[in-house]
Amino acid sequence: MELDAFILSRIQFAFTVAFHIIFPAFTIGLASWLAALEFRWLRTGNPVFKNLYKFWVKVFAVSFGLGVVSGIVMSYQFGTNWSGFSDFTGNVLGPVIAYEVVTAFFLEAAFLGIMLFGWNKVGDRLHFFATCMVAIGTLLSAFWILSANSWMQTPAGFEIQNGVAVPTNWFEVVFNPSFPNRFAHMVMACYLTTAFAVAGMSAYMLLRGRRRGRETGHTLRMEGARRSLSMATAFAAIFAPVQIFLGDLHGLNVLAYQPTKLAAMEGNWETQAGAPLLLFAIPDEEAEENRFEIGIPKLGSLILTHELDGVVPGLKEVPAEMRPPIWPVFYSFRVMVAIGFLMLAVGAWSIWLRLRGRLYDSPAFLWTCVAMLPSGFVAVLTGWFTAEIGRQPYVVYGLLRTVDAVSPVTAGAVAASLAAFVVVYAIIFTAGTYYLFKLLRRGPDEHEVMPGQTPAERPKRPFSAAEERLPGREGGRAPAE
Amino acid sequence: MFGYAEGLEGLALWLPLIWAGLISLAVVMYVIMDGFDLGVGILFRPAQRENWRDRMMISVAPIWDGNETWLILGGGGLFAVFHLAYALLMPALYIPIIVMLLALIFRGVAFEFRFKADSSKFLWDNAFHYGSLVATFAQGVVLGTFVQGFTVVGREFAGGTFDWATPFAMMTGVGLVAGYGLLGATWVVMKTTGELEMWARRKAYRYLIGAIVAMAVVSIWVPFLGIEIEARWFSTPNIYYLAPIPLLTALVAFGIWRTLENERQYWPFVLSICLFLLGFLGLGVSLFPYIVPPSVTIWEAANTVNSQLFALVGFSIVIPIIFGYTIYVYWVFRGKVPETLEDSGYH
Ligand code: HDD
Ligand code: HEM
Ligand code: HEM
Repeated sequence: MELDAFILSRIQFAFTVAFHIIFPAFTIGLASWLAALEFRWLRTGNPVFKNLYKFWVKVFAVSFGLGVVSGIVMSYQFGTNWSGFSDFTGNVLGPVIAYEVVTAFFLEAAFLGIMLFGWNKVGDRLHFFATCMVAIGTLLSAFWILSANSWMQTPAGFEIQNGVAVPTNWFEVVFNPSFPNRFAHMVMACYLTTAFAVAGMSAYMLLRGRRRGRETGHTLRMEGARRSLSMATAFAAIFAPVQIFLGDLHGLNVLAYQPTKLAAMEGNWETQAGAPLLLFAIPDEEAEENRFEIGIPKLGSLILTHELDGVVPGLKEVPAEMRPPIWPVFYSFRVMVAIGFLMLAVGAWSIWLRLRGRLYDSPAFLWTCVAMLPSGFVAVLTGWFTAEIGRQPYVVYGLLRTVDAVSPVTAGAVAASLAAFVVVYAIIFTAGTYYLFKLLRRGPDEHEVMPGQTPAERPKRPFSAAEERLPGREGGRAPAE
Repeated sequence: MFGYAEGLEGLALWLPLIWAGLISLAVVMYVIMDGFDLGVGILFRPAQRENWRDRMMISVAPIWDGNETWLILGGGGLFAVFHLAYALLMPALYIPIIVMLLALIFRGVAFEFRFKADSSKFLWDNAFHYGSLVATFAQGVVLGTFVQGFTVVGREFAGGTFDWATPFAMMTGVGLVAGYGLLGATWVVMKTTGELEMWARRKAYRYLIGAIVAMAVVSIWVPFLGIEIEARWFSTPNIYYLAPIPLLTALVAFGIWRTLENERQYWPFVLSICLFLLGFLGLGVSLFPYIVPPSVTIWEAANTVNSQLFALVGFSIVIPIIFGYTIYVYWVFRGKVPETLEDSGYH
């Protein structure tokens, strides 16, 4: 494989977008979670909710900052590295992306200021309104960008004129065949990612409190950790099954529109009736077969066609150069699905513990939650690997090959920019994770709101959200837990 | 129209003009709004005291993200309605654009990280300062390259990786640093009090001189670039219509000087914005109707009518709303920043 501008641009795009998506996956979920917390605080006046809000808004601010700076890079890369793509799709995708900017990004950015810095400048209700606007902004942003991406997977509502795509029906462009599924699956993915991240961090705080022998303490902080754990695991228990159902629908859609991708996901070489469901295999691209397989007979056909002997397409339907790389697609799909079922299991476990009133006291469960903290992120990334690598060699499925999309830039320039991105992202990612853990070690503040205060009694004391200075790493721990 | 869009009529003639106006608006909004917060970054290291730095950062922390969104709209807007220009300009400007993006990353994360850091605070001070400085310089280089023009064959950029690396573009890079520095300094004058305000006033004079010198040098240099801009300015009758632009510029610069001297709070900033607007007008006069000078006009780069219309419907509804809530947010955070961190909500 020669490292030309094309390959380097692909690596750079894959790297920067995979970096970017980590943060939206979290902030989309957190924004809605914060809106829910603030809503409950306004309704009940229970200071626990406000305290939680003020803790999670700091986590949100750090993630959002990283999401913004990495997102701006994305929107310029379409031109810098994929000008062939911009030229071919500009008439169709240009307006879609522009709608994202004007409806979503401005909304998020403007109200973010009030959300983070406005507590003592606007009333409680206006502040809640700002939080809601940010949450809506993140969802709108997902709506448009996923519409654009889905159009690249299943183009619709256009015709080709003078070699470029020209829109004919905007409704069909925006609501193209894979969009509703993808939007639902992705938003649910963000919510589950956040639920497991919140559950993991809360479990960590509970475990730490327990290690210090304070697990029975009724302090606001421990109460907050319990509440978050309860809310997050309840969410996971309800929505993990929904996500599996949505994923199944998504798979049927792939079968209908991108059969080659589906064959790669299933590791299926021959078009066959009664295909097995492969749990594990080692695909061999040279020999065009799997070297080793463990599968459940007929289940593959049953899931995909809802008939035991339904026919599913194989990779050999198309010549080798029209197939995506099999390995990454096959394995990343399996990782995502495995995580989906793990989430289901953890959700079920939480129900069982909850019914027995032991949700907060089972160390095994708490440790499992800590271990599952990154699971959503991994599932999101592997899901995108499946979708994007499975689409190769096309960038716009069936219309524009990725090779024809690249910009006329030199390999040297792209190599330099790629190296720079790797270094810079490594630095900011390390710093971001470090500060997040610093926040986590410290946990929610206690002194902000005293128990028994209702929103109306809240002192008009200025305070800040993300910008709050933290005490030193050791030694300077916050007031007692 | 103006001898450029022969044979076009109706929407195909007018839509690109409307859109050229809207994209220019986005760029002007960006340059002014992110200009002053990048300018605050440019002043950041010279402001040696920690309390000064805190206050300067607080003055822009709630609004910088909204300011930067205009940059996304500039890029996204090009993609949305002049996608050919986007596909031509971005590869041609590959290195300056990537450098700008990387620099903006550092200055963006500095807002979050600086106040979370203890011993590593100086790192984010530097990230904020040099990020702002480098991003500004890169934007100035982009501007200079744009004025020089691009080599285009067919629908592709056909020049070299380093076409932008000319003395002229370096000059505009430095000039923009002075310009944003002026915006930043007058913003700090407006938003702070006491010693910091006086210090910013002194800085503002220097950046004002730098900006004026840069504008003059660029104006003198342009005729020697061998492009046809000077014909537009110095032919009759154009010269009569256009003469007010440089005259007004001189007047505004004088105004900034006087209002700085008279210890006015708002005027230096407002007049600095006017200075930028005039510079922009001059640029527009020079380059219209080219969107990829000197070969591609706005009509040639425009998307199909259907595509432009679809975007326009949404923009006409949403842009006024954006202006509405942007003004609201600025109003919420109006007035001077308190003198100590504690009072400002930072503790
Ligand atoms: C499913 C959701 C999703 C996906 C697939 C993407 N993004 Fe994103 N993006 C968001 C969801 C999001 C968000 C939730 O709206 C962010 C994340 C954090 C943030 O600040 O806003 C954001 C930020 C963000 C920003 C900064 C906005 C601001 O200043 O507020 C830009 C310019 C982009 N993105 C552009 C892109 C591009 C060009 C993508 C594709 C290649 C992309 N995003 C994928
Ligand atoms: C946000 C989550 C996303 C992730 C993690 C992701 C991941 C990837 C990966 C790994 C590739 C490389 C495939 C390969 O080269 O083999 C790729 C390609 C691509 N993706 Fe995505 N993608 C995401 C979202 C999007 C969206 C929303 C768009 C467009 C609106 C998009 C546009 C593209 C384009 C243009 C390519 C082709 C360039 C290339 O092959 O590298 N992606 N993506
Ligand atoms: C057993 C459960 C699951 C099934 C059957 C499933 C199915 C699928 C399928 C078929 C695709 C590919 C779509 C394409 O190639 O175009 C996909 C993509 C994706 N999945 Fe899943 N999924 C499951 C669980 C999850 C979980 C738990 C998450 C995250 C928390 C997740 C996140 C994603 C993402 C982010 C994508 C890429 C974007 C998209 O195309 O929607 N999935 N999933």
